[in-house]
Amino acid sequence: MARMKFLADAERCIECNGCVTACKQEHDIPWGVNRRRVVTLNDGTPGEKSISVACMHCSDAPCMAVCPVDVFYKTSEGIVLHDKDLCIGCGYCFYACPFGAPQFPQDGAFGLRGKMDKCTFCAGGPEPDFSAAEFTKYGRNRIAEGKLPACAEMCATKALLGGDGDVIADIYRRRVTTRGKGSEVWGWGTAYGKPESKPAARPGAKS
Amino acid sequence: MRKLLLVAVAAALPLVAAGCGEKPTVTVYKQGQYQGKPDKQPWDNEQFKGDKVAWEKALKARNVGQNEYERVAAH
Repeated sequence: MARMKFLADAERCIECNGCVTACKQEHDIPWGVNRRRVVTLNDGTPGEKSISVACMHCSDAPCMAVCPVDVFYKTSEGIVLHDKDLCIGCGYCFYACPFGAPQFPQDGAFGLRGKMDKCTFCAGGPEPDFSAAEFTKYGRNRIAEGKLPACAEMCATKALLGGDGDVIADIYRRRVTTRGKGSEVWGWGTAYGKPESKPAARPGAKS
Repeated sequence: MRKLLLVAVAAALPLVAAGCGEKPTVTVYKQGQYQGKPDKQPWDNEQFKGDKVAWEKALKARNVGQNEYERVAAH
């Protein structure tokens, strides 16, 4: 069975926010809730990098671990979903998530924290497929329609890939080898160290 | 006097025995189980009618369609 994943290619993202718009439009998401957003580092300076961020549907999801009412479940495709009927809006999942994926609509006159809302990988929720209840609570169920998430399919530069982890990894691998990028890729230095920042060999030091 | 002593012992006995019923106060964390409604498989609907292979085929076509090296070369 496929394990669904997102892959954001910072070399291609042009910060058009098309993915954000596609997500909002597809699921009728209210003001103040952003299931997906584009984060730009060094904005306005040459060499700025943008990356599209949402729920990454972690294999070992910390939100699932901390939820006191156990509303999260994982589908057979590895998509992390939740049952809004049980959510108490405590916000533990927000603190646990490294991507800031859980969103809380500010309902009520005093800005109360509503039930958590997050990216569903366009897979709806535990309500019957294509039902009005499912759309109202979780948005459209494109996965049950045999489609991929709207954000990834809408991406003009295909910076955002979504789908079977093996397939999109192959696409990205081919892309990287074709464009001839290796250690110049953004994030490589952070992950594996910068070649130019190696300490100079001291005389007499072991190599 | 003896009666008074017996009453005092009888009154103190539950307090002494209460110590035996003390429960450990160290919390043991357990992995939670999903408490919500069960969800169906994405191919169990009126569109795919339980045909998992057809669903996987549809999704695979979309997956591969994201690779413009293949998509552009095909046209």
